[in-house]
Parts: sequence; structure tokens; C-alpha cells
Amino acid sequence: MSGHEEEKLGKIYDTRLTRRLLNYLGPYRDRVIIALALSLAVAVLEAAGPYLFHAGIDWAIDPVVHHKLALAAGLRLLGWISLAYLASMVLSLGVLYGQVVIMQTVGQKAMYDLRRDIFAHLQNLPFSFYDRTPVGRLITRATTDVDALNNLFASGVVSMLNDAFVLLGFVGVMLWLNWRLALLTFAVMPLIFIVTWIFRNSVREANRGIRVSIARINAFLQEHISGMTVVQIFNREGKSREQFEERNRAYLEAYKQAIMAFALFYPTVEFLAYIAIGMVFWYGGGQVLTGAVDIGVLVAFMQYAQRFFRPIQDLSEKFNILQTAMASSERIFKLLDEPAPKLAPAMPARIERPRGEIEFRNVWFSYRNPAAPGDADWVLRDISFRIDPGEMIAVVGHTGAGKTTLIQLLLRFYEIQRGEILLDGVDIRDMDPIDLRRHFGVVLQDPFLFTGTIESNVRLGTEGIDAGHVEKALREVGLGRWIDGLPEGIRTPVSERGATFSVGQRQLISFARALAHRPEILILDEATSSVDTQTELLIREALERMFSGRTSIVIAHRLSTVQRASRILVMHKSRLREQGTHRELLALGGIYSRLYQLQYRDQELRSIPAGPGLGEPLTASD
Amino acid sequence: MSSTAQAVSAPPAASRQEAWRSLLKLVPYLGRYKGGMTGGVLALVLMGIAGALPPLYIGAIIDSLSGHSEPMAQLGRMGETLMQWLAPFYQASDHRTLILCCLLLVAVIAIKGVFLFATRWILIGISRDIEYDLRADLLSRLLLLDPEFYVRNRTGELMSRATNDLSSVRMVLGPGLMYSATTLVTMILAVFLMVRLSAPLTLWVFLPVPVVVLAVRYFGRQIHTLYERIQAMLAVLSARVQENLTGVRVLRAFSQEPAEMAAFDEPNRLYVKRNIELISTWALFMPSLQVLIGTTFLLVLWQGGRLVMLDRISLGTLIAFYAYMAQLVWPMIALGWVTNIFQRGAASMGRLDYILGAQPRILDRASGAAPAGVRGEIEFRHLSFRYPTALNGDGDGEREGPLVLENINLHIPAGSVTAIVGATGSGKSTLAALIARLWEAPTGTLLVDRRPVEDWPLDALRRSIGFVPQETFLFSDTLRENISLGVPGAPMGDVVRAAEVAGLAGDVDDFPKKYETLIGERGITLSGGQKQRTALARAVARDPKILILDDAFASVDSETEERILERLEGVMRHRTTLIISHRVSTVRRADRIVVLERGRIVEEGTHDKLMASGGHYADLYRKQLLEEELERA
Repeated sequence: MSGHEEEKLGKIYDTRLTRRLLNYLGPYRDRVIIALALSLAVAVLEAAGPYLFHAGIDWAIDPVVHHKLALAAGLRLLGWISLAYLASMVLSLGVLYGQVVIMQTVGQKAMYDLRRDIFAHLQNLPFSFYDRTPVGRLITRATTDVDALNNLFASGVVSMLNDAFVLLGFVGVMLWLNWRLALLTFAVMPLIFIVTWIFRNSVREANRGIRVSIARINAFLQEHISGMTVVQIFNREGKSREQFEERNRAYLEAYKQAIMAFALFYPTVEFLAYIAIGMVFWYGGGQVLTGAVDIGVLVAFMQYAQRFFRPIQDLSEKFNILQTAMASSERIFKLLDEPAPKLAPAMPARIERPRGEIEFRNVWFSYRNPAAPGDADWVLRDISFRIDPGEMIAVVGHTGAGKTTLIQLLLRFYEIQRGEILLDGVDIRDMDPIDLRRHFGVVLQDPFLFTGTIESNVRLGTEGIDAGHVEKALREVGLGRWIDGLPEGIRTPVSERGATFSVGQRQLISFARALAHRPEILILDEATSSVDTQTELLIREALERMFSGRTSIVIAHRLSTVQRASRILVMHKSRLREQGTHRELLALGGIYSRLYQLQYRDQELRSIPAGPGLGEPLTASD
Repeated sequence: MSSTAQAVSAPPAASRQEAWRSLLKLVPYLGRYKGGMTGGVLALVLMGIAGALPPLYIGAIIDSLSGHSEPMAQLGRMGETLMQWLAPFYQASDHRTLILCCLLLVAVIAIKGVFLFATRWILIGISRDIEYDLRADLLSRLLLLDPEFYVRNRTGELMSRATNDLSSVRMVLGPGLMYSATTLVTMILAVFLMVRLSAPLTLWVFLPVPVVVLAVRYFGRQIHTLYERIQAMLAVLSARVQENLTGVRVLRAFSQEPAEMAAFDEPNRLYVKRNIELISTWALFMPSLQVLIGTTFLLVLWQGGRLVMLDRISLGTLIAFYAYMAQLVWPMIALGWVTNIFQRGAASMGRLDYILGAQPRILDRASGAAPAGVRGEIEFRHLSFRYPTALNGDGDGEREGPLVLENINLHIPAGSVTAIVGATGSGKSTLAALIARLWEAPTGTLLVDRRPVEDWPLDALRRSIGFVPQETFLFSDTLRENISLGVPGAPMGDVVRAAEVAGLAGDVDDFPKKYETLIGERGITLSGGQKQRTALARAVARDPKILILDDAFASVDSETEERILERLEGVMRHRTTLIISHRVSTVRRADRIVVLERGRIVEEGTHDKLMASGGHYADLYRKQLLEEELERA
């Protein structure tokens, strides 16, 4: 339901896309060839049944009936023929089974590779891509769209191939048995093709209507379920019902069109098939009467004719699968073609253990790559500062001043347009970002927890952090007593986004995560959400331990943090406006002093041991 | 997505009985199409009869060709009459017989085709009609249900019921019923004639049939279960991708890309494994089915051939048998398949009925004549309120939430402007929602025009309210439709006027199609401020007696807000206005300002009075001044 992109249906066949898809089958070429060879076997075995009927009738039954063969001999021969029939079926069971399993396994493996490629690509796409693409759409690419391709392999390609081979097999055997009768049977083929073609077009038309109207219905429902309150407040129920009825009706009509097409198609094809059978009986019957054709051949032809047209009927369904798959692969390849610039230089500079000296030199940054340095899109303008090893820096500023951007640039989530950022005197662009980021312990404002356990959330996927380290980190941030109280300890499951934990617990776990990775530099975006006094004390103590002995950069929302900072950087309207200690800046009476009154002074009041009536201050949460 | 997986899982055995009973709820729906159903079933029976004839003609052709003086002599007296009637011209080894039989064969197929067409068209058509009715009823019910229901049921879950479950119920009504009936009719006729032709051969060829039915049933279920597992795995895979994408910043910050790749591998691999499981089953199922069905043909050839050679039946009879068996292939498969359709449909109907049978809690209890209209006086009398269900709880257990509002006493005279300020979570929005009766206030604690709010006709009450909710919700429709949401068919002049008041008119003039511009997914994306002003215009367009602005200017800059407020004053003269806001600039001109804290009124009075008292309000004001200073810095 996300936009038009999902609704677009491309062609049935696209050479470029097909070639790219076939590339994914490349590694499994041998198996594909085996499967194709088996298709030939399937065709032969499928054609065997009617032929054996002919044999049974013309070699055994009819001769016995006309006393040309002894009963006992006839029965024996029929027994052998029946046995051959059984054998052909069992063989075809084996071959079909083998073929489907081989082909599908290949398809599955190819889909596995494709999904892996998509996922890997997602890991490399720049943040600027994520900023403009809804997550839901990306999930669709890796799952639903790949699944549509899956379908192509599961029910499209194999059976289409088999159908084609079987058809060819039938044609061959029929021509071989009696070319005149064969041509007579094929005579209705053009008609069948025309009917199928008309049917396909009208079904496609109907399907388009169905797809569009069901999308409209679902969108409408979704919208009304989420916006029900508005509907009700504005007494919109009647009108909504009307609007829905119109959409519901359109869907019904579209379906009726499809029903009509199907209801006409099946009888028509059957009718045409029987015209072929009728002609075979009429002409072939005449030949039988003159003795030119055996009666069993007639029977075999009837059987061939009955089966002959089914694959053609099924084609229309296969077209749908093809179409959907092509549209999906187009979207997938579009995602895979999204450029993922390689951030690591060819010869990356490495710093084994950085001292933690950071410098911003005339850094300019914008999310939008502005052409002119003078325009308004700059998020950071000409930022320069230096942080000495072991220093603890607080960054303060109003919402939108560029604080978060500052740390995102340091982590090289985005590329700066001008200036340079140095770690221990090395330009971070000369380093492999993966290496660079290993030196930082990062706590983001929203303490994001993953589904898993407490342990897996602290460790993430990092090797070399064992359960002991995890536990130590959790104790260091003051969660020791809490995990001791949990029956499953650090193995306690975490549900989606850590919904079962309190805000404070989530924050502390993300602290532990940063600590467990033993970073040289700590980067912390303090959460704004308020926690109870006890948790607040825990957090403060944890922070104290985290800051000591390492370079720390904190986007500060706590008074205690700014007070402790060796230096405060005051960001305002994309610029670094003031820096100094808490006392110096207060004395300056500039931006910081106002920010202080706005954001931090209340905490001073609150930190006075609980006086009655002091309650929570009125802060607009952001 | 996991909810979908849950929704389609098989019901526990205990409730199965109940699920079957829920299918009975479809009877009234079917009743509406009594005439059509009768016609459809009639066509189906005629189709069955016509379909029983071609094998007889084929048999007659073969018998004539092989020189039998009588077509399929085994049919007995009744059969003889039947064949005489079907082919009175029959003669052995005769050209005329051949031609006539061929023509009649094709003619009979044509007649069968006509009835097949009619059957499909009528019966499948009716199933779509009923789907339409069910869907319409679903929406009607959804429109009746109050916010409490929507808090309790997630959107995805409801959507899944309205789509997946509806479609499996439709399967029961369409293919389910049609194929059951077709199978029944075809089977009865074919078996009847086959027994006449040769009872022993009938026994022989029907040997594999129970196996076919059981196999289809067994594999059908197996495949369904495997398919569900695939869906569940797909949900896991999606969740994995989703977490990776939403947590992308954390993951990159901790250089987790390689680890994430490795972690993705497991569900990816498992998904492949599950798919291969299904494929293997499928790969066994289809050919087995072919073999089983092939076995019946084999038996026709082997045992039928024996009977022909022993001169018990004619060759034509054998071929007629073959033709009947070819006809029965699909009904045999359908028999197994249809039971699965019914089973799934029954479970789905139960889930549909969950919505169709849901009862709204907020009911129109108004009795007797309602007064002409709302004047706009509102009074809260010792009102305390807690939400009936804990907002985050998804269980059905009626856990009581905490008190959201506590002992609120507030009298808002008609025509006055009252402002409510307070921190997030202090209960401001709840207060507003209670007035519109989105939630039910305890009886007698909330009065509108001195009349308990629950005694007002719901429709009349809401019609007199213009509400701008905190979270702007606009519909993917034209601007005009959105603005005139509460006054369908409002003249263009009113729409434009409302837009002007809300400060939206200027923006609209820049849009390509002005008021006919589509907004939302399929149209242009409005900025936060534009959305909010549209919501405001929507409320103003109603010309309401009571206007409720729940933080309606959060995304609008203060200058624009100032201008809007000025215009609003003109429009809202003599009407009741309730303004909820964080901003002093928004509320300072109100007749009265109420400060809420943790569900209680802590301060109350005019701007000047509250400033003088130096409490919460004064603090808020001081901060706002600082903000403005910073803005200028």
C-alpha cells in the first residue's frame, strides 16, 4: 500500500531483468541442466499413457475380440502392457519429484542469495538514503518482492517448462501415430490460441481493476480504522459508508468481469477440444471402417486431445505470476542499483588505540548538498573546536541547533562538505568507518533495544564480549541488583523495542552496551524523558563512571552533566557560539545563561531534597 | 505480520465445533439470493445431466465402429431405452451413425458448456455479492465502534480480518459450495451409469478413489501447515529486516554490519529450509495424485480390457468408462480440497464475527425529544475518569488504568473562551475527548447545556462540536473534501472562508488544483503546519457551537498563530471555545485559563490574575519569554 510503485505492473518479459535474474541461477547451472533433461523425460512419460491405451486395444483387446488372438495370449499381453503403464507412472512420479525438488531448491538458493545481497546492500547504503526512504518499503523489497520471485520459481517456471515439453512430446507422438489425424486435431489450435488471447486480455483488464479496487478498499479501511475518531467526531459515518460502497461496488464489478471471462473461457475451450475430438472420430472413424486406422489409435487421439489443451488454458494463470515477478524484480534491482559509496579508502589509516584527541576544523555540513555556501540549508557552519584526550565535553543548544548532527558527523554517518574532522590528528575520511566507529561507545537519545535478551542487547554481534563482560558492564552501570533479581538474569528476553522495560532500564542497558565495547571515546546523547528520582541517581552514578578516564562528548540534558563538563560547547543556529565552563558561561550572560534558565535551572530546584508542593516543572517535552 | 500468522493458525479443537456453527451465520446472507441460488443449482444439475451424456456417445461411436449391433448392450432394459432415445439412428459400422453421433457429441458438450457457464456465473457471482455484503456490514460495524475498541484491537489485526478472513469465507461461498454441489451431482450420475454399464468394473476403478480423497485432504492440510510455517518464518525474516533498519544508527555506530549479515543468515537459511519442506511435500503430492488417478485409468485398461476380451462388455463400454473417469478426476480432487476450504472458512467466519458482533460501548441513549440545539454551556461536576482498558494492554482483561482526571469541577459558560494548559500527560486531551463523548464520562459528571452529556443524541452533540485533535488526521482525498468533512456538500464559499480563517487560503492558491488538490499518499504532502491548519479549517467549516482546539498550533509558527487567533475571535463570537496549549501566546487572551497537573486543576483565572499569583502559569510565561529571546539571539 506504500505508494504507486507497488501497484505498477510491468511487462511479462523483460530481457534485461531476465538476464540479471538468470545470473542468480549461474552458480547452480549443472542442476538447472539436469532439471531440463528431466523435463524431456517427463514429456516422454506423459505421452506414454494414451499410447499404451492404443497398444492395449489394438494389440490385445481388439485381436482377441476379432478372434485373431487367443484369449490367454491376449490377457497376458494386456497384463504386460498394463505393467508398462504402471511403470511409466511410477517413473514419472520419480522424475517429476526429482525435477521439482531440484528446480525448486535451485530457485530457493537463488532467492537466498538475492535476499542476502539485498540485506548486504542495505548495510552499506548511506544514511541519506534511509532519511528519504520509508522503512516499510525496504522491508517489502527484502521479503514480499523476493517472495513474488519465489513464486515464479515455485509455480511458474517449472510447470511452464514442463508444459511446453509435454506439448511438444504430444505433438511428436501424435504425428508419428497418424499425421493426418494429428493435423486434424491441431486444426482447432489457432482458435484456441485466439480464445486464450482474448481471455487473457480481458482477464488482465479485470485483474487490473481488481487490484486497483482492492488496494483502494484496503487503503480506505486502513485509513478509516486509524482515523475512526475523526470520522465519528465529524459525523461522517453516512458519507463514509457511501464512499466505501462505491469502492466495494467497483471491486465487485471488476470481479464480475473476471467471473464472466472465466465462465466463458472454460466451456469454450472444452467445446473447441471436443470439436477436435469430434473431427477425429468422424474422419478417423471413417478410416477405421475402411481398415486404414486401428480403433485404438482413435482412442489414443481422444485422450491426447483431452489433455492437449489444458496447458494452454493454464498459460493465462502463469502470465499473472510472470507479470508480478517481473514487477518485483524491477523494484529489487532498482534498490540494488542504489549507489552505496565506498567510504573506506584503499589504504585506510589505522589507529590501534587512539588517545582520544578530536578536532573539528572549519566544518560545514548540510543534508542536502547545497551549491552555494551562502544559502540557508547549512546545518553546521564553520565549526571548529578541539577536544583533548580525556576531556569531558558537554554540547548544549536548543532543538535544531545541530548538536546531534555534530556527533553523527564524528561517526561519519554523513560526509561533510567542507573542512575536516580529525581523530588523533588523522582525518576520519582516511580511515575505514568500521574501524573508526569501533573506537567510539555510542548511546543514542532513544535507547533502542533489539528483540533478544539483555545479554544480546549489550553484546550485539561483537565477538570477544562474553557473558562475563556483559554482566560486568551491567553492574558498572548499576543494574547489578536488578539482573540478580531477574529469574533468567542477563538471559531475560527483550521484546520488540524493549517495551517491557522502563525507560530508565532501557537507558542503563544502552549505557552498558557502550561500556561493554570498551571504547576509547564515549559519545552520549542524553535522553530527555524523565525518570523517577531513584533511577535518576543510578544514571548519574553510571555516567560518572563512564566519563572517567576517557574522552567523552555528551549532548547534555542534565544539569549535573553540564556542571561536571570540563568544557561546554554552545550550539545555536548552526554555529558554535560560546564555549567554556558552566561558571564562565553563566557569567558571560549570553545564550548559555538563557538556555540554563530554560532547561537546567528547574533541575536545580528539583534536586533540593523533596520539598512538598514542588512537583514536576512544566517542560515542553521535545 | 506476526499477528496475521496468529490469525490464520488453526483453532483449538474445543472451539472447532463453535467455528463450524459460525458458518451458520452465513445463512441469512445466502437467503438474500434465494432466487439466484435456485437458478444456479438448477443450472448445475442440468450441467451434470448434460455432462453425463458425452461418454455414452463416445461409447456408441466406438461400438458402432467395432461392429456391435447394439450400443453398449450391458446397459439393460432402461439403458436400452436411454440409448434408443439418445441415438435412435444407431447401426453397426455405419457412416451415418458416426456422423450423427459426432455432431450430437459436440452439441451435448455445447449444451453442457452453456449450463457450466450459467453455473459459474450465477454461483460464483453470488459469492462475490455476499462478499460485498459482508464487507459493507463490516464497515458499518466499524463505524459504530468507539475508540475503546480501536485501542483494544490493533489496526493490522482488524485489517487482516477484513481481508484474509473475508476472502477465506468467500472461498466457502464460492468454490466451496459450487464444487461440493458439482461433485455431488457428477458423482451420482456417473456412478449410476457406470454401475449400469458394469458393476464389477465400477468397483475396480473406484478402488483408488478413497485414497485420492484422503490424499488430497491429508496433503492439503500438510501443505497448509507448511505454508503457515513459511508465513511465520517470513514474519521473522521481516522483523529481522525491520529491526536492522530501524536500529540502523545503533548498529552502524557499533560497527555491527558483519555481525548483522551473519545474524540475517539464520532466518534467511531457515526460510529457505521451510520453503524446501513445502516444495518437497508438493513435489510428492502432485505426481502422487497423478499416479493415483492414473491408476484408475490403468484399471480401466487392464480390468476393462479383460472384461472386453471375455465378452462381458463391449469396447465402447470400456471407453465410456474411461470418459467417465476422466470426468471424475476433478471432483475427486475437489472432494478433498473442499473440506479444507470449509474448515478454514469456518475459523475465519468466527474471526469475522468478532467484528460483526462487537457492541459499541457508547450508545445513543437519548430518549424523548432533544432540545433544538446545543447552546454551548459545558460543566464538569466532580468528574473523575480512568480509561476502561489500560491503553497499552492488549489483553481482553479489564485492567483498570490509573485516574487520568480527578475531581474536575469546571463551568464553561456558553460563548466563553477557556484555555487549558498543563504538561504532557496531565489530562488535557482526555478532558476534550470526554466532551465529544469519545469516551464515556461517569454518569452525571459532565453536562452540556445543563443536560447530562449521555442524554444528548450522539449525532446532535457531535454535530455541534468543531474538534481539532492533537494528532492531525487527514484523509487521502481532495482538500475540499477534507475541509468539508463535517458538512458534506458544503458550498465552495464556506470552504474557502474556513480556509481563510485557518490561514490556509494563501497556501491553497499555490497548489496546482487549488481546493481540488489531492493530499496524502496519492497527492501532495502537506507540511505539518499546513496539515494542522487544514484540520482547523475542517473544524471551523462546521460553524460549531463548541470549538475545541487540542494543541492545534503546535506546528504553526507564532506569527501565523496570532493572525489565526484574531480571525477566529471574529468567527467564534458568542460560541464556546476550548483551547488546549503549551503556549502562553495562544492562551493569554482567553476569558479564563485553567492549569491542569496530573489530572487535577491546580490554577484557574485570567492571564493577569495568574501572572500575579506567580505559580505554574507565571513560570511557563517566563520560559516562553526566554525562548523568544533565544530565537532572536
